[in-house]
Formats: sequence, C-alpha cells, structure tokens
Amino acid sequence: MNLKNFPVKLAAINGAMPVWHGTVTAQNLHSVCARIKEDGGHLVALWGTDERQNKGGFALYLALANHQGLICLTLPITESAPEYPAPEYPTIDDLFPVATRMQRALYDLLGIRAQGSSDQRPWLRHDAWPDNLFPLRKDVDAKASYPAGRDNYPFVQVTGNGVHEIAVGPVHAGIIEPGHFRFSVVGERVLRLEERLGYTHKGIEKLAESMSITEAAKLAGRVSGDSTVAYAWAYAMAVEGIAGSAPPSRALWLRALLLERERIANHLGDLGYLGNDVALAFGFSQFWSLKEEWLRTQQRLFGHRYLMDCIMPGGVRGDIDAAGIASLLEEADALEQQVRKLQDIYHEHAGMQDRFLTTGRVTPALAAQLGLTGLAGRASAQARDLRTQHPTAPYNQLEVRMVTQRNGDVAARVAVRFDEIYESLRLIRLILARLPEGETLQELPPLPDNGFGIGWVEGWRGEVLIALHVGTRGTIHRLHPHDPSWQNWPLLEHAIIGNIVPDFPLINKSFNLSYSGQDL
Amino acid sequence: MHKILFQILRTGIKTEPPPLANLDYRTPDAQQLHEKILECLGRALVIRHVDAGSCNGCELEIHALNTPQYNIEGMGIKFAASPRHADMLLVTGPVSRHMEEALKRTYDAMPEPKLVVAVGDCGCNGGIFGESYATCGRVANIIPVDIVVPGCPPTPVQLLQGIVTAVTKT
Repeated sequence: MNLKNFPVKLAAINGAMPVWHGTVTAQNLHSVCARIKEDGGHLVALWGTDERQNKGGFALYLALANHQGLICLTLPITESAPEYPAPEYPTIDDLFPVATRMQRALYDLLGIRAQGSSDQRPWLRHDAWPDNLFPLRKDVDAKASYPAGRDNYPFVQVTGNGVHEIAVGPVHAGIIEPGHFRFSVVGERVLRLEERLGYTHKGIEKLAESMSITEAAKLAGRVSGDSTVAYAWAYAMAVEGIAGSAPPSRALWLRALLLERERIANHLGDLGYLGNDVALAFGFSQFWSLKEEWLRTQQRLFGHRYLMDCIMPGGVRGDIDAAGIASLLEEADALEQQVRKLQDIYHEHAGMQDRFLTTGRVTPALAAQLGLTGLAGRASAQARDLRTQHPTAPYNQLEVRMVTQRNGDVAARVAVRFDEIYESLRLIRLILARLPEGETLQELPPLPDNGFGIGWVEGWRGEVLIALHVGTRGTIHRLHPHDPSWQNWPLLEHAIIGNIVPDFPLINKSFNLSYSGQDL
Repeated sequence: MHKILFQILRTGIKTEPPPLANLDYRTPDAQQLHEKILECLGRALVIRHVDAGSCNGCELEIHALNTPQYNIEGMGIKFAASPRHADMLLVTGPVSRHMEEALKRTYDAMPEPKLVVAVGDCGCNGGIFGESYATCGRVANIIPVDIVVPGCPPTPVQLLQGIVTAVTKT
C-alpha cells in the first residue's frame, strides 16, 4: 500500500515499530477500514478515550496492521444529543468480525456504542455496576462500589430434537482461570459453544489512570501473568516512543532473550498439558520437569521465576555475566536434546496422534476470515509473526524463521510449539553470542504532555499491543493493553463445532488463551 | 513404548524433600483442626482451587506443585474437581466483583471443616489491584481465611509451606 495515496493523512508515530496515525470521520471510517482490509490488513485492537475535559466528546481508536506496519485511526465522537442514549460510531464488525466483542466491551466501559452491530449484549459488564454507569469515564470514581444487580445474560439457545445444554464454569474442574462455556449438544457431539468471559475483570485500565508511569509498568506486567515479558516490553516500548529515547542496545538484546525464554517456558508447559489431556501423564511429568528447571534458572540469573518486573521503561533491570551466558548456552543445548527425544515419543504414540489429528480444526480460510492470530493462527497457515514482519532490534539482526502449519488442528498447534521451541533456542544462542556490551538501563527524559505511544510485541501467544496516552506532567490519561486472546477466543467456538465434548479440554488447551488478558 | 520406559529410567526420581510448615502464614482466625482428624488423616488432603480474579501468575505456580520436583500427590495431597470433595479451598487473585458470588457458592458447597488458603499478594491484601469498582480486594473480605501465602506469585515451596501449615498441629 502506498501511504501517500491513503485516503486520510497519516503521520508517523515515534517508537521502535512502524506506526502511523491518522484521523477519520464517521463518514469515511468504514471505507478506510475496508481499504486496509482489501490490502490484507487485520484489526489488532479497538479502544476509546474520554476527552470531555480536553478537546470535548469521546474518541474511538483503532489499530490496524498491514504488511507495512500499524495504522492507528482516531474518530472523534461528539457527545450525544439528550434524545440519544449514547454517543455512537459506525460498526466495523462487518469487515472485522473480531471487533464485535471489543465494541461490546468498549460500550460497557466507556459508554460509546457501535451503531449497526447486530450484537449489543454486554461483554465485560456482568452485574457489578449499573448499566448506565461507565467506569472509564473520567467523572466516575474508580473506588466507588455498587450493589450487585441481577445478572441474566441472554445466551443464544439452540433448539431441536435431542438438543440439550451443558453449562460449565465460571469455576472449572481444573486449575484454570474462570469463564463460562455454554455447550449445546446432541449426544456427545457439540453443535454450538458460546463463551462468556469477563469474570476476572479487575478494572486494570481505570486503575492505570491513577498510577505513575513507573507504577503502571508493574501493572502492565500483570495483565496476563504468563505473558509478563511481552507486556512489560510492549509497555516500555510505548513509553520510550513517547519519550523519544531508545534504550541501550544491550537492554534490547536482553529483552529478546527474556521474551524467547518466556515463549519456551509456556510452550513446554502446554506440551506437557497436551500430553496429560490425552491421558499420557508421562508427557506432563517430563515437560513440566524441564519447565521447572528452566524457571529455576530464571530465578537464579534474573531474580524472578517468570521474569516479572525485569523489563522496565529505559531498559532492563539486572544483567548477566560470562558465567551466566555459559550456563544458559549449556542449558539450551541440554533442553533441545530432551525436547527432541520427547517429540519423537509424542510423534510415535498412536493413541496420542489419534486424539490430536483432525481434532479442533480451524481451516486456513476460516482463520483468515475471522482473524485468528499468533501461535494458533500460524498453525492455520496465517503467516504472521511480528519478529519476521516488522523486526525491531535485535530481531532485525537475527533473521527469525517463522513456523507455520496448514492443518489447523490440535496436532498442528502442537507441531508449531515444538518448532518454535527449537527456533527460540537458536535465537537464544545467537543473542548470547552477539550480546553487545554496555549499560542495560538508562533514565528516560520527562515525557512530553499529551504524548501517544504504541508498543507492539510478538508474545508467545501472539501480538500484544499497549496503547498509552499520557496526560500532563507524566500522568496517564489512558492505558489500553490488548491481548491476542481477544482475536482467538471466538475461533475456539468454531474449532469445537462437530467435535465431541470430551475433546473440548484438549482443544481449549491447544489454544491456551488468556482470560485475565481479555477480561482486563 | 520402550522409548518411554528408557526415558523414565534415565530421568530417575526428581522429587525433593517437602518443606516444613511456616507458622507465619497463619492468620489470627486460623482454625485448629481437631487432633483426631490429624491423627487419622495426617496430611491427606483434597484441595479445590478457585481463581477469583488473578492475572494467572499464581496458577502457573499451583500447576508446578504437580511437577515431579514437588510431587504434591506423593505427600497425600491432591486437587479435586468439585468443592464437595474438598477439605481446602486454595484461592488466588484479588476477588473480582464478577467472581464474588461464585467464590461464596464454592465455599458454601464444601463440607465442614473447611480450610481456606489465600494465595499471592492479591489474595492476601488485594495486591497491585486493591479494591475498586471491579474488585473486592483480599480473599478475607469475602470468606474466612486460615492461611495467607504472600508472593507475586508465591513459589511452589511457599505454596507447599502454606498448605502444610494448615494441617499442622499447634
């Protein structure tokens, strides 16, 4: 796409990733989005801000990605006339189906409505606050508490001979996050799954607005604990972009080291559970034993088992010495050897392959249509990985080899995980061999008032985005963290269709999506 | 099959000795289990876990209790799918307003005597999320808590200490 011929004027946003920003109107929003879609683009995130104390009204923000980078669009929305219940903007979920839940969430939190969307049910609001109160509005007190209302969510009902419902959650049978799944089944076969999420809504976005830039770094690292490195890096990238200050080179290389270690830790855990879920407890013991050793190394060298708070705006806390590098190299070799052995065993295990193959299939066509992203997307031939498409330092010097599969079933998602472990190990070896000398942390200059920054990082699950709007004197006007689970949860509903109920835990685990990351 | 057996043999036994109780984790409200119960059952314990709004960091560490290194089942302790089978509720997260009711119902479904362990900084005191329109803060604001295990997230050793403390005499 030639940005010069783009229908709206775009200006580059300062930062590590290629990001442009432009302003649209209610009249051309849809055609601009359609243009980006025609060009192979997809919707990454959708959020809004309350500008009534500044420029007036509200603003809708969209982040759309294409092969050149990220295009952020702002639609100013004036306050609604008294005869209309809420400020509105035209829906874009006909172009990007993934937008539906984001639009519903935006209404729940900010009270601006997507006009024309067929689904206007609440998404993140259950019964904890009244339906005419919108927590992200600046005149709403974050600390106020409201009496619980009646929670009566209108699930879509499937009718017909022999159809019955199975309601699961929010408290599940295993050690997992809370959410509700409503299955409509005939016998054992699933006709339809409807998810209901939002149970872990903690008011993260509202909370961020009362925090300093430093405090919010800690918060960003706790949006989804299993992706703390990806979020902390994305947050730091947004802050550094606004400050106009790149962190020291060594810090960037260390961040990539931590991000690849986080990817490996999660893939090891998932491969173990995928074994467990097909009754091969051996797989769980083996992979989780490897993962435990991996976490202990992180505790020893970086001070935290999950690397929380290691990355901060300005660089990385801590450093590694020659002995540390040597032990990491040794560990990488040993792990690769073990994982290859286990892959061989998984591959030859007929019972396991029987459960994996063709189960929970998302075809490449459906994945493209509905916007499947990240690891699950790559298992359905969606060849997108920020580390190869828009490589920022140090990935621009590492030639990351993207891993893809075409079958889109549980087996494909397992295969992607195995190959991504090997690729991350290769990257870790390269990073350790070429780690530049120097500082790992530098102080940032004061942030300019009303700055806007974007952080965009390929976490283990997919693309994590942080949008940061700063106010005056280094305050946070608005923080929007976006988890790739927003994109992939709706696809899980499709992946289960026609499968049997006992395969749901396996299919669910093969996606392993974040509840906390999307509940915010 | 032979490859699995060889791998098991090569791996050997990874299990480490379990940690001792840590009485600092006891809250002033902690129940003292009847000595008879402890004599009969020892540490045998069934746990039901509820994520009441965590960031999922604590869940990662609870999963780790099942690794060969910690081998919680080897201590006679296991996780159950239903609160009706559970002696202990292991609760993570600041309790979100949306999980308040589900947490109360899970607690009510447990048979007496019920032990509650609040896990992580969020479970102990609300953590970074605190109390707001969306969260009720610490677990003790909703149900009685016997043991608190702080940490962000607490390590598996700390979790084991908390669990063992709940079933230790005195």
